[in-house]
Amino acid sequence: MATVTGATRGAGLLTTSEATERRRARVVGTVFLAAAGVIAVVFGLGVDGGVDSTFGLNVGQTTVDLPDLVLPSRLTASLLALVCAAIGGVQLARGFDRALPAVAAVVALCFVVAFLTWAAADGSFNLTGMLQSTVLRATPITLGALSGVLCERSGVVNIAIEGMMLSAAFTGALVASAAGDQLVGVAGAVAIGGLLGLVLALLSIRYRVDQIIGGTVINIFALGLTSFLSAKVFSDYQELNSPGVVRVLRVPLLSEIPVLGPILFVNNLFVFAMLVLVPLLTVALFRTRWGLRVRAVGEHPRAADTVGIDVLRVRYRTVVLGGMVAGLAGAFFTLGSVGRFDENMTAGRGFIALAALIFGRWHPVGALAAALVFGFAESLQSKLAILSTPIPSEFLLMAPYLVTLLVVAGVVGRSRAPAADGQPYEKG
Amino acid sequence: MNGTTLADQGRRIANGALVPLLALFSALVVGGVVIIVSDADALRAWSSFAANPGNAVSSSWEVVRDAYVALFDSSLGSGRAVSETLLEATPLILTGLSVTFAFRAGLFNIGGDGQFLAGAMASVYVGFSLDIPAVVHLPLALVAGVVAGALWGGIAGVLKARTGAHEVITTIMLNFVALRLVDYALSTEVFRRPDRSDPISKNVLGSAQLPRFDSDLRVHTGLLIALAAAYGIWWLLFRSTVGFGVRAVGASPSAARYAGIAVGGTWILSMLIAGGLAGLAGATTVLGVRYRLTGGFSNLGFDAIALALLGRSHPAGVVGAALLFGVLRAGATGMQAQTSTPVDIIVVIQALVIAFVAAPALIRAIYRIKAGRGTGPVAFSSGWGS
Repeated sequence: MATVTGATRGAGLLTTSEATERRRARVVGTVFLAAAGVIAVVFGLGVDGGVDSTFGLNVGQTTVDLPDLVLPSRLTASLLALVCAAIGGVQLARGFDRALPAVAAVVALCFVVAFLTWAAADGSFNLTGMLQSTVLRATPITLGALSGVLCERSGVVNIAIEGMMLSAAFTGALVASAAGDQLVGVAGAVAIGGLLGLVLALLSIRYRVDQIIGGTVINIFALGLTSFLSAKVFSDYQELNSPGVVRVLRVPLLSEIPVLGPILFVNNLFVFAMLVLVPLLTVALFRTRWGLRVRAVGEHPRAADTVGIDVLRVRYRTVVLGGMVAGLAGAFFTLGSVGRFDENMTAGRGFIALAALIFGRWHPVGALAAALVFGFAESLQSKLAILSTPIPSEFLLMAPYLVTLLVVAGVVGRSRAPAADGQPYEKG
Repeated sequence: MNGTTLADQGRRIANGALVPLLALFSALVVGGVVIIVSDADALRAWSSFAANPGNAVSSSWEVVRDAYVALFDSSLGSGRAVSETLLEATPLILTGLSVTFAFRAGLFNIGGDGQFLAGAMASVYVGFSLDIPAVVHLPLALVAGVVAGALWGGIAGVLKARTGAHEVITTIMLNFVALRLVDYALSTEVFRRPDRSDPISKNVLGSAQLPRFDSDLRVHTGLLIALAAAYGIWWLLFRSTVGFGVRAVGASPSAARYAGIAVGGTWILSMLIAGGLAGLAGATTVLGVRYRLTGGFSNLGFDAIALALLGRSHPAGVVGAALLFGVLRAGATGMQAQTSTPVDIIVVIQALVIAFVAAPALIRAIYRIKAGRGTGPVAFSSGWGS
């Protein structure tokens, strides 16, 4: 048992040869220096000296009105460039070892802040508003990724997150409209997610269909069936597709905190569910007997079986649970955001969730962090239209995918799947 | 023949075709149920089932029969219908071959959509920007599409070989990058039609258009290219040294490495070829029928997975499966027009076909067939770790 835990703890470290490791360190250091260069030249020298960037910090009604944050554009960029250059230098000279992901995050943050200062140069930009929309847009991606964390930690690859979310979005709208209550709709969406989780589990565990094919089947099936039914049913019965949106809740007291309050504590139930589920699943997966079993089954099913864990039952339960979380993510689209179902409305968010899962190294907190990156890029893209930067919005939309490519390709460290992920288990 | 009798071979082929055929049949039956359940008239008849059971059955039968008759009528019922079917089948053959080739090397290429877009974009650019004789223009435009698609697929191959990045993730990401790249291109003056404000490209010049067989029918000579590609891929896979290496790597990368085959190089080559095929699908689509580029996914990439599965990863099987899907796709449009059954039912049927083909155990359980050669489970990839 101890070895199984040890293997899991070591996730993210792969036994690559020394030379590859050193080459990677050099590449990463060069990337940091390049970031410093871009910040200095494009964001620093790209604006006139003496110009200020103004960030608004208030959103909605607040008890405390904060003054705008005013930063000198060129100076800010120069300082950030120095920080990145210093980090890059240290990385090239001796490397950061285990702290590398955190350091990379600092560089990325510097880059984003410099970019925002540049974009808001000689203008104003509501920072709190953008962070609020970042959290909102990250919610379905995080929940979707959590679904993947559950399934894959138990050894079942789930690329059907997209299909589960789409089906749940449809069901949520239908049930909520029919029942006249959005919460019933959420329950329906969670149920359909769980049902599709069961289908995935049956296909991959009982019928031993290749798990990627099983997931693809669910994706295609969900797209076809929801499009078919919405064209056939919703077009004739509009009233079945008008569920409305769940209420926005304000946490008393906490919602009054400046900046953090509106971002975290004035939200709908989906955001709160995300904020609760991330720590909850982290503790459950890594600090409880249940979590140990799930991970054992995903890492070394035979060893788990030997000590008396029912591998298949653990997998069935975890995948169904994962499906339910994906269902919650799907309900966000209809009941948490738009208020009606549109054909293919998840538009690839399930695949972004999959990317967030891998980017976040199969860990709930990592998944949240990765989803925030994607959510940030999405909300940035919509806000930047107002600021008229010379960068076409298409390239900003491309950024999260390119970042994921880089991450998966190992620039920021290799992401490692649970060892038995995707492999059917046969009692032998 | 090494002791394999003709009867054995015949039985093997029959066995290999049996599961896909039963899968198709089952999918059509379940699709029929979906049509009934979503039809208001049929549902009303069922709600008074106790009073008039005959009516419920006959009205359901009519709904399904009308839909499927319309489907086959508008896909095979006339010369024009057949032309539409072949037109739909052309890019399907090529994307199906793309997934098949990568699969033979043990790779799961879901980047067909991105490679298709890359190919279409390059071909359209060559097609409208150069004013040269057709003899050079058309081949050049086709080659541009193949090269662009190959490069797009090749990125995933290189990443896999050099860093071990899983091709499922990289090809999905590359799909979205290609999508945004096309959106961007269509917003620039280079690509966008001057008289239009919506994202639509300039038209391909006549000298780069694939000729049609008959000026009244839309089916074009891209079909011949697709069939030639199918033959070429078959030859490459089963009659050449390269193909042997590809199949060896697909069967077991570690065994292939032990045997001295360059596994990384084979992955890169396979993704180049797979990408090139999907790029060619994009090229023939813009040069043969659309004559211009518009944004958005074709969703051919997902159909292609279904085709490779249905065709059991064999070029001949893929051609057959593509013709079948061509029938479904061409027929769906007519079905929607005549019986107001939404085209999306085809997507449901396709998903069911894949499910049944991928889970022969399911089909065997339904039809009580004994397990035999050619009906074994289909293994496609082995999770993220491979």
